[in-house]
Amino acid sequence: MRELRIHGRGGQGSVTAAELIAVAAFQGGIYAQAFPAFGVERRGAPVQAFVRFSDETIRLRSQVYEPDYIIVQDSTLIKDINVFAGMKPGGVAIINTEKPGKYKAPEGVRIIIIDATKIGLEEIGLPIANTALMGAFAAATGEIEFSALEDALRGRFEGKLADTNIRASQRAYEMVKGGSA
Amino acid sequence: MKEILEGSHAIAESVRLCRPQVIPAYPITPQTHIVEALAEMVADCRLKAEYICVESEFSALSACIGASAAGSRTYSATTSQGLALMFEVCFNVAGMRLPIVMSIANRALSAPLSIWNDQQDSIALRDSGWIQLYAEDNQEALDLHILAYRICEDHEILLPAFVCFDGFILSHTYEPVEMPTQEEVDAYLPAFTPYQRLDTKDPISFGMYATPDYYMEFRYENQRALLRVKEALQKYGALFGEHFGRDYSALVEGYQLDDAEIAFVAMGSICGTTKDAIDEMRAEGRKVGLLKIRCFRPFPSDEIASALSHVKTVAVLDKNISLGSKGAIGLEIKDALYGSSIDVYDYIIGLGGRDIRKKDIKAIVDLAEKGSGDMFYGLREELL
Repeated sequence: MRELRIHGRGGQGSVTAAELIAVAAFQGGIYAQAFPAFGVERRGAPVQAFVRFSDETIRLRSQVYEPDYIIVQDSTLIKDINVFAGMKPGGVAIINTEKPGKYKAPEGVRIIIIDATKIGLEEIGLPIANTALMGAFAAATGEIEFSALEDALRGRFEGKLADTNIRASQRAYEMVKGGSA
Repeated sequence: MKEILEGSHAIAESVRLCRPQVIPAYPITPQTHIVEALAEMVADCRLKAEYICVESEFSALSACIGASAAGSRTYSATTSQGLALMFEVCFNVAGMRLPIVMSIANRALSAPLSIWNDQQDSIALRDSGWIQLYAEDNQEALDLHILAYRICEDHEILLPAFVCFDGFILSHTYEPVEMPTQEEVDAYLPAFTPYQRLDTKDPISFGMYATPDYYMEFRYENQRALLRVKEALQKYGALFGEHFGRDYSALVEGYQLDDAEIAFVAMGSICGTTKDAIDEMRAEGRKVGLLKIRCFRPFPSDEIASALSHVKTVAVLDKNISLGSKGAIGLEIKDALYGSSIDVYDYIIGLGGRDIRKKDIKAIVDLAEKGSGDMFYGLREELL
């Protein structure tokens, strides 16, 4: 079983990202479970959401403490929260930032820096990072196929909004695949 | 066909497949997504039902009484403070023998206010005469709604049921479920045929007062009907298996129990985490097992006594506390095993959403082995 922990702020779509990643993983033929860290949702407050991936039925219900992967939607969280807590060697950390800094990630964790907010602004016209981060996650981990992610996004958003979110997602996917993130 | 969706939406779909005719409901976290989804289905004509927006949970269940007594298949959903507000009405529903099914997205009770999960809300209604079923995962949660209507509407039963599932932990989790088709549900669950109903052409009354000459017999009949649910659950749970391939004939279910020396007893989503912890402990050679309780009312004392007869120690996981006494499941287990030489220890755990990890389950085995129990587990001593 592999586990993903998403760190974000209320309103950034962390829970939606977790749900859509799970939907895409399930479409790829594996078992997936997605759930939020059940807080009182306030805009701007730190939030977490989790996804588990497994070839077998997932019975575990606790939160994720030793993630294989993390996504950090908002790098300003890093000074207040140890987003890398519990990460294992071989893990992948995807960080959305326009100003990459030095991160105290555990040894053996691969860090991927991407300016997903900029991608969101350019492709969707809004400072939305989460769909680009989903694309980066697909490329960096191989847990989900891009085509499955595209289907999941089309299932959630309609018309032009789906198109622009898919474009943001694809751009990040290709950046990570091409090694430019 | 398997699909992945949020627990609340899986339950709403399952309720739709049961063809309820009247849905009086009031939203409350973490149950809201269920009634929102049902309201949308009614608005979109995917569900032909009367959806009644009420001003409180007291009104929701009161409206259910009228609808059910008039002969409609009736549904509602609530949790925590909402269920507490229904307290009086709950006893009336059971006393009037109305087969209403209600979803409970289990949540802690105030004060202090908590929107997070434990099972105090439905446990507090354990004496109300409702059947209480508890789900481990979203598949079981959606299945138990269909099963509940089949049991409740049997003329030998005619009682209401809570279908309980842990708030947020199941209600807000996306996971794959097998969703039955309408044809499959129709083949299993026939239309509701009321035993008697309100009818202006043939007027009767429900819930009239009973003098001391009559009251006790009504209560006795209530108790007898609730005890008959054990047999009905076995029958319709097996029938469910024939129709859908998932057998729910067992009121309690063992996991790695046959040769276990220490057995957990638990209810709801905590069973999943416990099973994973048991697998890890088994790999270390520790003889640990689980007895999962699916049906808390009626309480399957005989089935439990027989399932646990060979174990040395029982560790009960209670997501509730009968303040001034012990956890509600612990009390029942001690009663069921009275006279045996089995040590029974009760652990109050996971109140108000405190997360429960595999390491907690393992730590409880260590405590039980040392003979330390009947306690709150996982308290933050620095706050006391």
